[in-house]
Amino acid sequence: MAKALNASYRRYHPKWHRERVPIFWWVRSASYIKFMCRELTSLFVAYAAGLLLVQVWALGQGAAAHARLLNWLSHPAVVTGHVVLLATLLFHTVTWLNLTPQALVLRLGRWRVPKAVVWAGHYAVWLVLSLVIVWLFVGVA
Amino acid sequence: MNSVAVEVLRYRPETEEEPSFEVFDVPYEDNWMVLDAINHIKDQMDGTLSYRWACRMGVCGSCGMMVNGKPVLTCATYVEDVLPGPVRVEPLRGFPVVRDLVTDIRDFMVKLQRVKPWIIREEEKPLAEGEYLQTPEELQDYKQYSMCINCMLCYAACPIYELDPEFIGPAAIALAQRYNLDSRDQGREERMDVLSQHDGMWGCTFVGDCSVVCPKKVDPAGAIQRYKLDATVDWFRSALMPWRKR
Amino acid sequence: MARRSREPVLWAMFSGGGMIAALLLPATVTVLWIAVPLGWVEAPSYEGLRSLFLHPIGRLTLFAVATLSFFHWAHRFRYTMYDGLQLYHLSQLIAILTYSIAIALTVVAGFVLVTTG
Repeated sequence: MAKALNASYRRYHPKWHRERVPIFWWVRSASYIKFMCRELTSLFVAYAAGLLLVQVWALGQGAAAHARLLNWLSHPAVVTGHVVLLATLLFHTVTWLNLTPQALVLRLGRWRVPKAVVWAGHYAVWLVLSLVIVWLFVGVA
Repeated sequence: MNSVAVEVLRYRPETEEEPSFEVFDVPYEDNWMVLDAINHIKDQMDGTLSYRWACRMGVCGSCGMMVNGKPVLTCATYVEDVLPGPVRVEPLRGFPVVRDLVTDIRDFMVKLQRVKPWIIREEEKPLAEGEYLQTPEELQDYKQYSMCINCMLCYAACPIYELDPEFIGPAAIALAQRYNLDSRDQGREERMDVLSQHDGMWGCTFVGDCSVVCPKKVDPAGAIQRYKLDATVDWFRSALMPWRKR
Repeated sequence: MARRSREPVLWAMFSGGGMIAALLLPATVTVLWIAVPLGWVEAPSYEGLRSLFLHPIGRLTLFAVATLSFFHWAHRFRYTMYDGLQLYHLSQLIAILTYSIAIALTVVAGFVLVTTG
C-alpha cells in the first residue's frame, strides 16, 4: 500500500502491517526444521552418486588404485562419515516413500488404490531392491 | 471458575506505528473455545478489539487466527487444549494486518478468481436437456477438494506464501483441482495455463504443513503434487506428440 | 496467457532422481562403504566389482543413478537456496549455477562410464 503523505490523511488510509520474515524463518517450528533437513539430504545424495563414480574410475585405474580407495574407505573417520551419510540417505528414503501416497493417485479402472497399499508397495520394492543389491555385491566376491 | 491469560495482538494504525500485545485475564468454562474467550474480551473487557467470526461452528472459515503460533479456527479450538496460558492470539500469518486481528485477504480473493473456480463448458447444455448427470464415483473424484471453506489457514501455514507473496497458494490450487477433476468441467487446459507457472504449482516445495492445518481435510498438498504429475505428463505429451490436440 | 512453464522436465528429473536414490542408495552405501570396510561382509574382489560395475547394464544403471541424483540435487538445492535464504533476486543465477553443475557432473559421469575399461 502507498504510504500516506501526511498524518491527517492516514485516518482514512490505514497502514497495513506486514511482519518481516526472519532469515532463519524455518527454525521457528519443528515441522519446518524437519522440512529443511529433508531438503538438505539432496547434498548427500549427490555425494553418494559422486563417490560411486569415483569408485568406478578407481576400478578402471587398476587393482592398486582401487586398493588405495578401499584403504581410504576403511579409515575410522571416513567410516563414521559414511554412517552419517547412511542416516541422511535413510531419512531421504523414509520421507520420500512416506510422501508418495499423498502425491500418487493410482487407479485400476474405477478402483482407486488405497494409500496404504501404495505405501506398502513402495516399501516392499525398496526392501526387494535392497536385498538384490546386497546379494549382488556379496555374491560376486 | 478458571481463568486464563490471553495475550492478544493489538494494532491501531491511526495511533500507533507498530503492533503490541495486550494481556487479558479471561474467566472461562471448560467447554469454551478460544473464540468464546475472544468474544468475552470484546463483550466485557475491551469493546475496541477487532476480529472476524461468524458461524462459530467451523463451516464459514471466518475466524482463522494464530493461536500459540499455529493457524487454527478459533471456534474449533478448545481453551483447555491451549493451556497453560498465556494463550497468544495473533492475526493469520502471511497477510497484511489491517487492525488488531483483522487481515487483508484481498490477495487470496484475487488469486482464487484467477484459477477460475467454476464449471467451464465449451458449450452449455440447453435447459430443456436437463441437468448434467454425475455418478457417485465421479463425485468422489473431486469431493475432498470441494470441502474447502476458504479459511486460509493453509496460507498461514505455508512458508512459501509467506516468503513469496506472488505464490498462488494451497487453497487456490486445490480449488482448481476440484473443478479439473469434476466430470462436468471442461476447463482443464485453461487452468493449466494459469497454474503451470512459477507462481502457480511450481512454487510449491511440498512442505506439507497446509494439509496438516486444514480443518476440513482437503489435503491441498496432495492436490498440488497430483497437479504437478498431471502437468508433467501434459508437458511430455505435447513435447513428444505435438500433433495431439490439447 | 503466458506460456506454460518448462519446469515439468526439471521436476520429472528431480522426482526420478529422488525415487532412484531412495530405493538404491541406502543398501549400496551400507554394503560398499560400511559393511565392507568394517569387515562385516567379505569384500567383493577387484575382478568381481569390475564385472558388476563395468557390465553394460551396470554402466547404464550407474549412469542413470548418477545423472538423476545430480539433477535431483540441483533442483532441490536450487529451491533450498531460493526459499531457505530468501535469495529471490538471485533466482536466475542460482538456477543457472545448480543446473550447470548438474550438467557438468553428468558429462563427467558419462565420460567415466564410457571410457573406463
